[in-house]
Amino acid sequence: MHLLAHLVGLAIAAFAVDRIFSGGDVKELLVLYLAFVIAHDLVFVPAYTGLDRVCRAAVARLPRPIRGGPPVINHVRAPAVISGLLLIIYLPLISRRNEGWYFELSGHYLTRYLGNWLLITAVLFLASGLIYATRVARARLRPAR
Amino acid sequence: MSVNTPPKPDLRDADRAGRPSRERSSRRPSRLAAGPFRPEVWRSPIRGPWLTSFLGILLVPAIAVIAVTGLIDHWAHYPQFAGNDTVGPSSDIPSLFHFPASWPSWSYAVTQGTHVILGLMVIPFVLAKLWSVMPKLFQRPLVRNVAGALERISLLALVASVLVEFATGILMMEEWFPANFDANTVHYYGAWAFGTLFVLHACIKLPVVRRAYRERGALKPLRDGLTQTKPEPPDDGGLVPINPAAPTISRRGLLAMVGGASLAIFAVQAGESIGGTFRRLALLAPRGHVYGTGPNDFPVTHTAAWAEVTPAMTGVDWRLSVVGAQTVSFSRQQLLAMTQSARTLTIACTDGWSTTQHWTGVQLATLARLVDAPEGAILRAITLQPGQGAQALVPSLYNDPRSLLALQVNGVDISLDHGYPARVILPNVPGNFNTKWVSELRFEAA
Repeated sequence: MHLLAHLVGLAIAAFAVDRIFSGGDVKELLVLYLAFVIAHDLVFVPAYTGLDRVCRAAVARLPRPIRGGPPVINHVRAPAVISGLLLIIYLPLISRRNEGWYFELSGHYLTRYLGNWLLITAVLFLASGLIYATRVARARLRPAR
Repeated sequence: MSVNTPPKPDLRDADRAGRPSRERSSRRPSRLAAGPFRPEVWRSPIRGPWLTSFLGILLVPAIAVIAVTGLIDHWAHYPQFAGNDTVGPSSDIPSLFHFPASWPSWSYAVTQGTHVILGLMVIPFVLAKLWSVMPKLFQRPLVRNVAGALERISLLALVASVLVEFATGILMMEEWFPANFDANTVHYYGAWAFGTLFVLHACIKLPVVRRAYRERGALKPLRDGLTQTKPEPPDDGGLVPINPAAPTISRRGLLAMVGGASLAIFAVQAGESIGGTFRRLALLAPRGHVYGTGPNDFPVTHTAAWAEVTPAMTGVDWRLSVVGAQTVSFSRQQLLAMTQSARTLTIACTDGWSTTQHWTGVQLATLARLVDAPEGAILRAITLQPGQGAQALVPSLYNDPRSLLALQVNGVDISLDHGYPARVILPNVPGNFNTKWVSELRFEAA
């Protein structure tokens, strides 16, 4: 049953690939798809896992303001993850790649994006820090929970 | 201490020293394997069938909405006519839906805005889902049998197609596509491939989801804070770590982070679709630029400069010829002297942004009657823009009383960037169907 389902599914997928490049270079397209898998599985995931490890190591060396209190690491992770995702999604705009073409197209330069992204990042870290401070203060007020 | 002493000290343990990692399975780490192929290096205590199931179940309705709104957009291009879409009609399924004339003129703006915004908002969930199943990629033996090999290939294709689908979507929205492909074609057929594999995957994994929910409760693991977070019981799917580290984040903590990322994307993006003052909030959206307050101060996808349309081409010599059974030529003054119709209509680009303005002009249906357009004729609005083809517009579109050849916007002449001397404006079509700098309206027998 699974075997049959997979055969059908792969057949449709293969048909779709064939449609994209009806008569064209299927090889080039498959390379594109494969490149995305490799970029995600073998570059992106190890990169953020490694970064997370470095952050955890750094945070572990910090003095903990309160035993058993809220973990600092997640107040670094959350803003970093959100800011990082925004950077990836809007990278072509933030990096001002292709700006000349974009200006002709829309009548705008891409000057605002880097500043806005930095501003958002700063606000995220600040908010996360404030939430952390509030949690620590509350944990101190109610030590026996 | 576990007999499965990790090959090198893990920092997760350094964080909470003194908590031994427990032996959780009779599976012994393979001495032959290396790197990520050793199951014991996958140590996150929150990975397991429940977490993956929960993320998967969240994705199902979201992907369904994105797929349906995507198809609605495709059909809104009337792809049955060659040239209306980069996807040709010869290799496509029939269009199954068109916006009824009774629907408000901002309906397409809503479906397409949803497609783009929701598409961006699920990205954190897709990445979290992929993270949750990463150990599977390196599971050994790589291939058990023929069915196993097929499943691996189909999963590889699923992951590849979801990544390419989102990448092409983002890059089209940002008007930048580096590869040597037509992004729209890849996005459309890629969606069929992805959709098929996604449905297949969901069906096959349904028993796993049901088992995880039955054993762990659908929402119960969300009640656990960090201190109560324990690994799931050993599974045969290879997701639960055999050598779990102490938790550094609870499952609900991870989901809150992913959901927070999703909301952040909404916050910086949605304003370009909602328009008005919300456009100011679209801090990173490609079309979130803030304009002045003048009557012509709203976004354009293509400027006149980009389209190579110059003021000289649109001067006093400009004439509109309307071609039906007979041909009539109009100056701009003559068009302005005709009965003017005023409508509030939304321009919604396939990229997801939209803008609603108050347009004044001549109804296209009036012009069709004036030149005795053949019954059931399609309309092609020819533009002054060099090298630009004209879409085929069906009678239900140009006979809609809201459809105009607009001459003015918000009480003044439309500016050159917005299509001076005259532009087409229609309800519920992709933005590029609202042809600017019109020089000829041709009613062709279908």
